[in-house]
Amino acid sequence: MGNGTSIGRVRGLGAAHHGPHHWLVQRFTAIGNVVLMSWLLVSLITLGDYGYANVVKWLSQPLSATAMILLVVSLFWHARLGLQVLIEDYIHDAGSKFAAISALNLATIGGGAFGIFSVASLAFGGQA
Amino acid sequence: MNQRPLSPHLQVWRWGPHMLVSILHRATGDGMALIGLGVLVWWLGASASGPEAYASFQAVMGSVPGMIVLVGLSWAFFTHMMSGMRHFVLDIGAGYELETNRLWSMLAPIFAIVLTAAFWAAILLV
Repeated sequence: MGNGTSIGRVRGLGAAHHGPHHWLVQRFTAIGNVVLMSWLLVSLITLGDYGYANVVKWLSQPLSATAMILLVVSLFWHARLGLQVLIEDYIHDAGSKFAAISALNLATIGGGAFGIFSVASLAFGGQA
Repeated sequence: MNQRPLSPHLQVWRWGPHMLVSILHRATGDGMALIGLGVLVWWLGASASGPEAYASFQAVMGSVPGMIVLVGLSWAFFTHMMSGMRHFVLDIGAGYELETNRLWSMLAPIFAIVLTAAFWAAILLV
């Protein structure tokens, strides 16, 4: 291991094991999505009445609010990773790719924050 | 972009079920990311904003075009989930034999349609 060129400094050290990170997190969030979407779909089936009062009553319960907040996090995270791959596959210009991924981060973090805040405001009983 | 020749691309291959399930996975996933998350966040935001905002959400999603979107999203979810399950199996190194791969590539989207129908039957009947 040398200390000259950048390749010389890393040669022989093996993989950093950071390469599969995106791939692994896509799987971890996929598992979260399966678990939490199963909860949502079963809840929707048993909910029956989709009117304002009933939905708010259901969503304000601690268990529903927690599950919904976790679902929002898991879904937006998974979607961010998936859309990133879409951008990387189809946008080849470096500048446009940078802009698209920046916009993607703003949209997914913003959308996720809005979803979490909405559920929290219901659970804490405040009228947003 | 440079003008170097490209390797053979989509148009030279004979279509097979593995190609269908692959592009369906991408289309349903990105479709849900772009449309489904919007509907979800609108639903949550409308619930938090009060009865009037909720009523306008319900009016749009309860209309015929709205219901088509909801049924489409549920189909996209089950399709993406089934092809995602297929990915988990492929990830452990199984299911690459040609016949096995072909079989599950066809079964995944069919199961998804069955699950979609079962879900809406449960919604309407329960």
